[in-house]
Amino acid sequence: MTEYLTGVAASPGIAIAKAFKFASTEFRPEKETITDIETETDRFRQAVEKAKLEVDAIRQMTEEKLGAQKAEIFEAHLFLLMDPDLIDNTIDKIADEQINAEYALHEITNAIVDMLQEMDNEMLRERAADVKDVSGRVMAHLTGKPYATLTGISEETIIVANDLTPSDTAQLDLNYIRGFVTEIGSRTSHSAIMARSLELPAVVGAQTLLDRVTDGAIIIMDANEGKVIIDPSEQELAAYQEKKIRYEERRAQLKKLATQASVSADGVHVELAANIGSVEDVAKVLENGADGVGLFRTEFIYMGRKSFPTEEEQVQIYKHVLEKLNGKRVVIRTLDIGGDKELDYLELPKESNPFLGLRALRFCLTREDVFRTQLRALLRASTAGKLNIMFPMIAVLSELREAKRILEEEKAKLIAEGVAVSDDIEVGMMIEIPAAALNADAFAKEVDFFSIGTNDLIQYTMAADRMNEAVSYLYQPYHPSILRLVQLVISAAKRAGKWSGMCGEMAGDQIAIPLLLGLGLDEFSMSASSILPAREQISQLSQAEWKSIAEEALQLGTQEEVKQLVEQRSASR
Amino acid sequence: MISQTYTIIHPQGFHARPTKIFVQAASQYPCKVSLTKGEKKVNGKSSLSLLTLGLAQGDEVLLEVDGEREEEALKELGALLTQIFEE
Repeated sequence: MTEYLTGVAASPGIAIAKAFKFASTEFRPEKETITDIETETDRFRQAVEKAKLEVDAIRQMTEEKLGAQKAEIFEAHLFLLMDPDLIDNTIDKIADEQINAEYALHEITNAIVDMLQEMDNEMLRERAADVKDVSGRVMAHLTGKPYATLTGISEETIIVANDLTPSDTAQLDLNYIRGFVTEIGSRTSHSAIMARSLELPAVVGAQTLLDRVTDGAIIIMDANEGKVIIDPSEQELAAYQEKKIRYEERRAQLKKLATQASVSADGVHVELAANIGSVEDVAKVLENGADGVGLFRTEFIYMGRKSFPTEEEQVQIYKHVLEKLNGKRVVIRTLDIGGDKELDYLELPKESNPFLGLRALRFCLTREDVFRTQLRALLRASTAGKLNIMFPMIAVLSELREAKRILEEEKAKLIAEGVAVSDDIEVGMMIEIPAAALNADAFAKEVDFFSIGTNDLIQYTMAADRMNEAVSYLYQPYHPSILRLVQLVISAAKRAGKWSGMCGEMAGDQIAIPLLLGLGLDEFSMSASSILPAREQISQLSQAEWKSIAEEALQLGTQEEVKQLVEQRSASR
Repeated sequence: MISQTYTIIHPQGFHARPTKIFVQAASQYPCKVSLTKGEKKVNGKSSLSLLTLGLAQGDEVLLEVDGEREEEALKELGALLTQIFEE
């Protein structure tokens, strides 16, 4: 009978193969009294040495297969095999209690594993797997029973297990293994991280898995959605075989685009950048071949902690991102707090209209200490790459001028202190308030770039709170009123010889993209996963053609009419 | 004895690899190295102790070094506590 399970989609892909049930070596030793302590501790030491040699061999193999960085986990394992808490404590226990090495190791390991599993941090809880892995290996040498490994599989299989240790995952033979499903784990467990770099489909956290799968059963795993189908019907099998082929073709197609430039069918170059909120997001940015970072939301650096981040901490973060982007443009937005975003350690007065209140730059100008710390950190990091600084929520020129004056002051101070600051920093602003859009010509003279924040621009133009479900129908990105504001901003930038971008949801929207290209937008910043589809779409669009269609759209009366126009013209090609 | 408090900024916290890098660096100094989070204080030269401290992003940790070359150690180890590691 067919059974269905869901887990966490840990590494994308679809796989269909026979299940290989993998039971890890869980050994429960008996307690035995010993008399010759020296022989027993020697036996233990020798087992540890043998385990070290094995781990070192896995480290070397991983380094060859996946590079030095991925192999570091096994260096960490070697460290565990030298750790006083594990090794010395076991030896002490053998001597103090006059017991066999197996039992002493088992007890010490369990105590450490229990301590790790009590942590309230998932990432650290999972480190118990590392300890079990090395300890199990030593145990195998003590008992003479082989440590179960996944080597030697010689037909197409999907590994089904309670959990996979880092060393299990490193030794998977990709010629035969099509994917793995485990009962425990999360997206951040080591096996999940490893699976993503091996591009091997993986579903983790599929509870009750082992009770339901028999060894050799046919399994379909849709790791894009975290689904597992055990003993599928003929129809399901056929459907998924087709789905798998389509998915893999599409993936190969998009992957090719990752290294290509973002150019329209008629040769107009645009920049497709990514929005990020933390250093963790950078990997996806690079993977998807983004032309840069169009929006780094720095407020996440300030959230989830007990006090404001120090200048030093911020320098580390900005530098890291700039270095990773390796000379590609990185637009960093200064602190955008207030509205719906609060900080635990910052008591802001209650406002009846927080979205219209003291938020973002407005807040920063009243808390210059916080603002100056961030600006100094940005300036100090600036030599690590191509930095652009962007101020959010500007309505009037005086706000921009004040922010720029403070920036200049901090820059002069740093230079006087002898700190290196890049002389190639572009300074720009978000356009999210209609007043700023309407006055774009004046602003354009005093900035290097604009970036249109559509989520807020729409909410302020429509006077509709975007958190309020009752008025959500007014969230209309293709409405002619929004398009006209966007057009004002783009053309003001062009007249002043500056560039314009967009960093709201709209920039990655398949209906909006042709219109924005037609209106002459230079930079589109979106979530990293939208970049490759957008690059593909733009490569098929003629800017000249969409310029006239966009002009037509500006003359329409409703969002529906605009949508229809775009759909018709897209289809007629 | 000298000491300083740091905030962890590495997004994934001090799991196996950052811990290994820290312990490796700490082991090269003759001085005593200890780390304190909340009530719990551990030996900074043991990976397992450091792992059981459970340093996550945003956690404040007190680094204490005591003995020969302590100033040098504080500088290098303090920088590691506020480093972002490759994942």
